[in-house]
Amino acid sequence: MNCIVVDDDETFRAIFEQLVDNNPSVKIQGSFSSAIEAIKYLNFNEVDLIFLDIHMPDFDGFDFIRTIKNPPNIILTTADKNFALEAFEYECIIDYFVKPVTQERFDKGIVKAVSLFKESAVTYKNPVPDESVNDLYINIDRRLIKIDIPTISIIEARGDYIYLKTDTKNYTVHSTLKKIVDKLPKEIFLKAHRSFVINTKKIIDIQDNSVLIGKDVIPVSRSNRSELMRRLNLL
Amino acid sequence: MVEIPNLNYVDGLSKGDRSFTKKIISIVARELPVEIKTYQLELEKKDYSKTADTVHKLKHKIRILGLEKSYGIAEEYELNLRKGNLDLKSVFEETLETMLFFVRKKNQEL
Repeated sequence: MNCIVVDDDETFRAIFEQLVDNNPSVKIQGSFSSAIEAIKYLNFNEVDLIFLDIHMPDFDGFDFIRTIKNPPNIILTTADKNFALEAFEYECIIDYFVKPVTQERFDKGIVKAVSLFKESAVTYKNPVPDESVNDLYINIDRRLIKIDIPTISIIEARGDYIYLKTDTKNYTVHSTLKKIVDKLPKEIFLKAHRSFVINTKKIIDIQDNSVLIGKDVIPVSRSNRSELMRRLNLL
Repeated sequence: MVEIPNLNYVDGLSKGDRSFTKKIISIVARELPVEIKTYQLELEKKDYSKTADTVHKLKHKIRILGLEKSYGIAEEYELNLRKGNLDLKSVFEETLETMLFFVRKKNQEL
């Protein structure tokens, strides 16, 4: 599992780098002194876990969370226990370290992070309960609309909503990628990126780190590329 | 009685890697005087909210150096400052002096 550290205090960046070094389950990918720097990095890189200091000048940790689209799991780091209540409002926040954190407490947090990370990977691989089910009902304005699963081409996470593209129509539904993937056949649908699930049968071509589906170019993250390649009937 | 700083926390994380302890001491020895200067300037300007923010930052370093009792005092002093109250100022500043002396000495030794 890879991670980044965001903290304006150099001492704590060095401490977190050491805590990570001492734990074999996690690998540091970057260390940033400001939220803005980290956001720039996240625009081009995918990370599994962020250690985030809340108390930073100008642009604090909560501003950071609100700014990034589909944040990965985050562990807050601060001395201020008063932030705990606000922290619970964010689904991505999985733990809370009071500085300076001990190696034991850190390792405990990593066990939880790894377990959630694996769980999310398993969720994406789970088969639908009944493979013969070809329909999916989505709730829009209190109406249950039937979608023919094979017609779904792309599903995009958009904050608290998902955007569903089918051959005939597009829908915005209040749900998460995790929930919908549970209902789809794993042989056909693949999580290509943190924000995208694609119907592999609809791929037109693949280039570098993206796939073309219809007229949409969908990014494929490094970690999901091998699974995509494995599924192709390559000549 | 004044608490004596120690490197128990840092040494615990170092797992015997002396270069890590050295690195932390060198960063703290560089950052601490700057943060103390900021604290003094904000205090002079009577900007107690900003002074409290700097105390908040300084208190992390207090704990890194194993000063648990002083950490509690810093926590209280931070709250006092947010109310515009300077109680505990002198005892807090005494802690800063102790820390500064300690890290400078350690920085030379390591």
